[in-house]
Amino acid sequence: MKPAFPPVLGYALRRLLQAVPVVLLIMVGTFLLLKLAPGDTVDALVGDMGGADAAYIERMRAEYGLDQPVYVQLLTYMGKLITFDLGWSFVYEQPVSAILFERLGVTLLLMATSLTLAFSIGILLGAIAARRVYSLTDNVISTLGLIFYATPSFFLSLLMIYLFSVKLGWLPVGGIKTVAGFYTGWDHYVDVALHLVMPTAALSLIYLSFYLRLMRASVLEVADLDYVRTAKAKGAGETRLMVHHIMRNALLPVVTLLGLQFSTVLGGSVVVETIFTLPGLGQLASQSVVQRDMNTLMGIIFLCSIIVVVVNFLTDLLYARLDSRIELA
Amino acid sequence: MSLQSTELAPAEPPRLVVFWRRYSRNRAALLGLVIFTVVVILALTAGIVEPGDPLRRAGAPLTPPFTDWATPLGTDQLGRDVMSGIFYGARISLLIGVVATLVAIGIGVLIGAIAGYFGGWVDDVLMRVTEAFQTIPNFVLLLTLVAIMGSQIEWITVAIGIVSWTAPARMVRAEFMALRGREFVDAARNLGVSNTSIIFREIMPNALPPIVVYASVIMALAILLESALAFLGLGDPNYASWGNMIGQGRSVLRTAPYCAVIPGIAIVLTVLSFSLLGEGLNDALNPRQKKR
Repeated sequence: MKPAFPPVLGYALRRLLQAVPVVLLIMVGTFLLLKLAPGDTVDALVGDMGGADAAYIERMRAEYGLDQPVYVQLLTYMGKLITFDLGWSFVYEQPVSAILFERLGVTLLLMATSLTLAFSIGILLGAIAARRVYSLTDNVISTLGLIFYATPSFFLSLLMIYLFSVKLGWLPVGGIKTVAGFYTGWDHYVDVALHLVMPTAALSLIYLSFYLRLMRASVLEVADLDYVRTAKAKGAGETRLMVHHIMRNALLPVVTLLGLQFSTVLGGSVVVETIFTLPGLGQLASQSVVQRDMNTLMGIIFLCSIIVVVVNFLTDLLYARLDSRIELA
Repeated sequence: MSLQSTELAPAEPPRLVVFWRRYSRNRAALLGLVIFTVVVILALTAGIVEPGDPLRRAGAPLTPPFTDWATPLGTDQLGRDVMSGIFYGARISLLIGVVATLVAIGIGVLIGAIAGYFGGWVDDVLMRVTEAFQTIPNFVLLLTLVAIMGSQIEWITVAIGIVSWTAPARMVRAEFMALRGREFVDAARNLGVSNTSIIFREIMPNALPPIVVYASVIMALAILLESALAFLGLGDPNYASWGNMIGQGRSVLRTAPYCAVIPGIAIVLTVLSFSLLGEGLNDALNPRQKKR
């Protein structure tokens, strides 16, 4: 792997540079959204104080730079975003960045478990369906995929809550841990894991169906290629054929989809976190809409975009590792 | 196909028959068409079968399904008729689905066509904008737009369109990049046809079939987005929506699960019918594509 390291690094740098204009555009976008929203920082402050006279408001506007031309305000705003100064939340009475980092962990944990589950089960079922194409197994898997695809995560969540919490009483209804449990060590991990079972399942099933369908189509396509026939002719067994010859190439489009869809999954966590009262970014987003906490909402958009850029960067690297045909230099 | 449609324009019936023959070869697609037709009928007959406001009190609260003829599917905790909600919800889901899809495809086709046709810096700029929209989680952006513009049904529909245009834009761009170097485009350019005319009259008809197929996916996603929004209680409170019914059914899940389950099944079947329709359309419109 050592001689290949410098080109990978160059490739990585180039991908990062390409993300810069996108992040800048998003900064401009959040600024415009903030401007579009009714009321500004001073309105919020004055509202908090219960009113103030016009001269005072004028002075505060000047202090916050709100009397400056729009492009100056934009540059100041972008300068602040770069240093992760996301403004002040008038609902939580805290800097937005502090609130976000407090909640980031839960969301990342949920993303990690859901995507791992969706990706691994999705490609496994997709591969099985493709190898037994048009058989009963394939039909069952494909039908399940269609149904998962059509089931909204919130409906699935309610069905699971009804079955596993109300009827069977196996799993907790919400939260990330038992509040009065004060568990330590392993008990704590088990407790958190139990709380994550239903949110993970609810968030991952719809994406599982995406990966399943794409993997099935992809395996079918790769299995038709000449080199696979050659390998078969040379006596490669089914397992070897699948693992060594088909999987790696068939995975490429699925990895692309994983990167492309990450932002959608992050968006999906809003609903799931709200239902299961997981204290993550998604739940914060839906609360902020209700409370009209624009600074926090913009902070969430910005932070989520950064996460998506990073994840896309990682999937690009993974893709380059899987597909040796990609020119790194 | 392109030559036929520009030159001779064969008589309509044969083409439709061919289309139908290809479509109906896929049995799942036929099922999709049946479900879709049922949903359309629900939406159209809502005012006839269930006259009166679906949000009014129709009977005793929490009447179970199949016990009272006046409210065959039961009532929710406020005594609202579940069946009436299903009928009117179909109307809202289809309306939002169709209009939001038109908005998304309108924006997507315009941006994709310009980017793909002109290339160069125009393409670069438009693609960075597209990537920026793809990077922001679409549901979070939708929430923000609703927070800013308010939750009137018109705004929600437009907002769903605004968060869904990136995929069609990329598809149209790819089609345009592939088609812009073809001979018929060169021929048109040599004849002095304007850029606008080449884009919309020469290339567009050839680039549309995959977009028509993808429209079914966008429509399904639009319905899911609207129902998720309504589920969170951020939809337009003046209309009965399946998502909203599920959201309210959540509070009586323990005692009356049917309040959430019935509209839930309606959403699943509707979205399912769109995916099946899409597959059938794909078979019918892109017959040359390799059979999966």
